[in-house]
Amino acid sequence: MTEAQVELLVVGAGPAGIAAACTAAESGVQVAVLDDNPDVGGQIWRGEKRSAPSSLAAPWLERAAKASGIQWLTGWAAVGPDGPHALLALPPGGGQLVRVAYQKLVLATGARELFLPVPGWTLPGVFGAGGLQALVKGGWSVAERRIVVAGSGPLLLAVAAYLQQTGADVVLVAEQAPWSKVSRYAMHLLLTQFAKFRQGVRLRRTVRSTPYRVGCWPVRILGREQVEAVIFSDGVRRFQESCDLLACGFGLVPNTELGELLGCQRAAGRLAVDRWQRCSVPHVYAAGEVCGIAGVECALVEGQIAGYHASGNLTAAGRLCRKRDRLRRFAGQLHQAFALRDELRSVPDPHTIVCRCEDVTLGQVREQMSWRAARLQQRCGMGLCQGRICGPALEFLFGWKDRSIRPPLFPVPLGALADEMSPKSDLPSSEKSPSASHSECSTRRLSP
Amino acid sequence: MTESRPGLDQGKESETVTIWVNGRMVRVPAGTVLASALLHLGILYTARSVSGQLRGPLCGMGICFECRATVNGQPLMRTCQLVCHEGLRVEIAQADQEAQA
Repeated sequence: MTEAQVELLVVGAGPAGIAAACTAAESGVQVAVLDDNPDVGGQIWRGEKRSAPSSLAAPWLERAAKASGIQWLTGWAAVGPDGPHALLALPPGGGQLVRVAYQKLVLATGARELFLPVPGWTLPGVFGAGGLQALVKGGWSVAERRIVVAGSGPLLLAVAAYLQQTGADVVLVAEQAPWSKVSRYAMHLLLTQFAKFRQGVRLRRTVRSTPYRVGCWPVRILGREQVEAVIFSDGVRRFQESCDLLACGFGLVPNTELGELLGCQRAAGRLAVDRWQRCSVPHVYAAGEVCGIAGVECALVEGQIAGYHASGNLTAAGRLCRKRDRLRRFAGQLHQAFALRDELRSVPDPHTIVCRCEDVTLGQVREQMSWRAARLQQRCGMGLCQGRICGPALEFLFGWKDRSIRPPLFPVPLGALADEMSPKSDLPSSEKSPSASHSECSTRRLSP
Repeated sequence: MTESRPGLDQGKESETVTIWVNGRMVRVPAGTVLASALLHLGILYTARSVSGQLRGPLCGMGICFECRATVNGQPLMRTCQLVCHEGLRVEIAQADQEAQA
């Protein structure tokens, strides 16, 4: 097995990972950043390098490109820990596993969307909200398609505005939170975070011809071979909306799996950290959404705190703590405003598939008393996604929290496991800019 | 499925790459994500579930594996995490692609 060594390994090349890598590298630490996406930027800055980056992203992407001493390993998947100071990683395009040894580790693994089972949600044409946006950013034109955006959270409006700008016909934005909560949140933004309020108003104006309905949620998705319409309920009445595509997400879930495998303590669905972003395991830090959903500004601050602390610059790290605490408090308001309503638990019927990988229905899962029983009896959560989709859904539906995480984090081709001993080597060509590594890694990844 | 599609291949010759989808040649702009290219070609289904249901991409960010396909001979590749490059070969297990396109 090939081995590589770095002083600081960062997992995740989104805002938190970029901030941690830049601050540490600028302090003279040798850094590698590993991410299984083909490009840096994470989900929120996906594709920003190709188009005009936002005012928030631009300086960081530039800083990342300039910083010396950072190796950008895009297209690399972290497979699991190998002892307390190393991870196994799968290089682009497969090949053999590489053991990456580190002195310190920053987990900036971000978040994924929360999907909740709705009858018909397995039909092609149903996407996550951020999921559809990612695929459109990747080059799929949805111009003139009728799209319903549904679920919960501020992401819905951002996705609707983005899709509309690419020429899509966004016919409805449906937010499950009630008007009382959404309006209170808007008022809170107006009084405490005016920039965010203005951003929200701007997004709303972009999709001003589209109804933004609050207090309604999808109860059935209709279609023969692909989605054709969605039935919504507001608790009293039902209404139907025809569409070609449905973009539906109910908020975000921290990607804590790697941290859990490392033994890091989890609290309320996120990795627990101290004032310096340190996890319960020595030499392991966590920053950004994996510590709880709080947005890109908070991720940038936490990434810097982790990066500064990991490189011994406590003064710089300490200066950012108050800002981080303030951003975390704001996030609390967001969670209250978009808390999921109980009615969503009664949306799936006994025939609705819950585990999409193994086609396990709600009726089959309901007979079981626990995650363990559902896994053993029904293979629930045992498929390719390893319970990443159904796990958070079952936590919401039944309160099951004990989904056990096992290595490898992703299915690994058998060939990659062949234990071919080879001499220690450095990671592929050091000190590359993100753009250089992107082109190289996408070529590497796809070579036969 | 034809070799040229509006939207995907508006760029200059040098800015496109040739990929092979189930043995058919398609030109796509360089930098296009493979899952996005397949969707643009009208391929909404990439996989069948264990009980045979048609499935397509869901999460768009490497989590759900529903956009999986065989890429350059390697099975179970997440097409949403791959960028198209010259000569890439993708085989979609799900049959009747003709009907979809």
